[in-house]
Amino acid sequence: MTPAISVENVSFAYEDEPVLRDVSMTVEEGDFLGLVGPNGSGKTTLLKVMLGLQSPDSGTVRLFGTPAREFTEGTRLGYVSQQSTEADATMPVTVREVVTMGRYAHVGLRRLRDADRRAVDDALDRVGIADLADRRINRLSGGQKQRAYIARALASEADLLALDEPTVGVDTDSVGRFYELLDELNAEGITVVLIEHDIGLLADHARTMACLDGELYAHCGTREFLESDALERAFSSARTVRASALAGGDRR
Amino acid sequence: MSVGDRLRRSFPPRSLPRRLGFVLAAGVPAGLAITAFLLWVFPPLYGAFWDTTCTTVDTWLVCSGFLQRGFTAGALIGVTAPIVGAYLVNRQMALIGEALAHTAFGGVAIGLFVGAAVPGLDYPLLFALVAATVAALGMQYIAVHTDGYADIPIAIMLTGGFAVGIAIISYGVVFSATVESYLFGDILFVPFRNVQLMVGLTLLVAGTVALTHKQLLFITFDREAARLARVDVWFYDTLLIVLTALVVVAAMQILGAILVAGMLVIPVAAAMQVTDSFNRGLLLSVVFGQVAVFGGIFASYLWNIATGATIILVAIAVYLLSLVVGSR
Repeated sequence: MTPAISVENVSFAYEDEPVLRDVSMTVEEGDFLGLVGPNGSGKTTLLKVMLGLQSPDSGTVRLFGTPAREFTEGTRLGYVSQQSTEADATMPVTVREVVTMGRYAHVGLRRLRDADRRAVDDALDRVGIADLADRRINRLSGGQKQRAYIARALASEADLLALDEPTVGVDTDSVGRFYELLDELNAEGITVVLIEHDIGLLADHARTMACLDGELYAHCGTREFLESDALERAFSSARTVRASALAGGDRR
Repeated sequence: MSVGDRLRRSFPPRSLPRRLGFVLAAGVPAGLAITAFLLWVFPPLYGAFWDTTCTTVDTWLVCSGFLQRGFTAGALIGVTAPIVGAYLVNRQMALIGEALAHTAFGGVAIGLFVGAAVPGLDYPLLFALVAATVAALGMQYIAVHTDGYADIPIAIMLTGGFAVGIAIISYGVVFSATVESYLFGDILFVPFRNVQLMVGLTLLVAGTVALTHKQLLFITFDREAARLARVDVWFYDTLLIVLTALVVVAAMQILGAILVAGMLVIPVAAAMQVTDSFNRGLLLSVVFGQVAVFGGIFASYLWNIATGATIILVAIAVYLLSLVVGSR
């Protein structure tokens, strides 16, 4: 089977600062990959490179077998980013309008049809925020907002869901329910790639885990990963000094 | 790697030829259809509408040819300016409209100069259209190759366009009243062919936005997600900024180069205060735009004040009111 994502010998630098060095890994379809690493270890960059949002300086990235930059099936990708966008704080836009954006890749220039509206309603139901549909997005709590963004990915019928520290600033109860939702979606066959600070929490849910600090330290099944010394090596490497505040379960 | 390099890497104009092909394939027939409409269908419709209105209402306010053209032009910009403004405001790009208006003024000056020498080319608004469009594309080029829509290029374009205008006028344009009408707007100085041009621009802008609203909203709200959904962000950026140039040229007649940005921004800002939905906000900003235009024209008539100024002042009054309503 073609892997959902394959990364081969990828290197990436901002200005003169190398961020990724010779990273190679594959994410199989249906996987739930937990991506961990110290602050500034290049996790977000790797995720963006995987999704074709950034081009690597060298190496190749394939999404479902197609080079990532040439991958045109935008409907298959869902992305929930770390911070809210600037616009979502100030712009008047309802939850339903945000989730409807998930249909845009299907719709193109034509008008929305009933099927599109149904997909939006279903997605809102699925993540349990149907009652908030007409609320302005910036009036939602952190947890509700992340659900809205997941709903957007579901509305687009994404089969790859990439999340970059989606639970930062979300209260503990909501985080628990958020992970349950991710487990359910993964059980339905959606490939999940998740960046998360809380390694303990992640280990309860991810099928495989990868540890990154500029280079890839390990990528294997979760149990094997926890028994290895990958974390220790990554978090104790010289780059980690900057990130000394990072421990297992800090949550701001 | 410079910021520009990084941006280029993030926003490659990869499918430009295909997009251009699409724009031409759709745009040329649409442009021809609009032109045909303006030349042959619109004038009799316009005449019939105002004749009927004049016979029904029978006051000089709707029977004077000057005011008929003024009302029509005002109503049109009350539609297009807030529509395009809704995307601009939410992307913190409001002042781009102002910069384009000032370059359009430079175009007007060139047009007046050329028109004085070659009577056949006496159509300053067309020169404004070309100048503003070129400036818009230039702005987009700079945005792609540097750090987005930054202050400095906007300020340079704003003052530079104006400087060109003033330079040309001081060198050899004698019709100071005409110049003033493009600078401050003059509702009593809208020739019929300018009304035709404005109708054409309105149809073009409204049609394009109706077609691409979803993409424009997507890149306004969440560029990253739009890129992930493989929306051609670079193309729609260019489209938005060119639409802005068209609107600004259309609105310059009434509001003048200096006040144009107000119509792009203020009705939208007011609508944003009182609604949670972007789509409702878009419609509401058009309503507020109409209130500002007709309220402004009325106030201008009542107190004998320049119309461009009263339109903007009424818009600001609507905005202040919306602050009060929105805070409840």
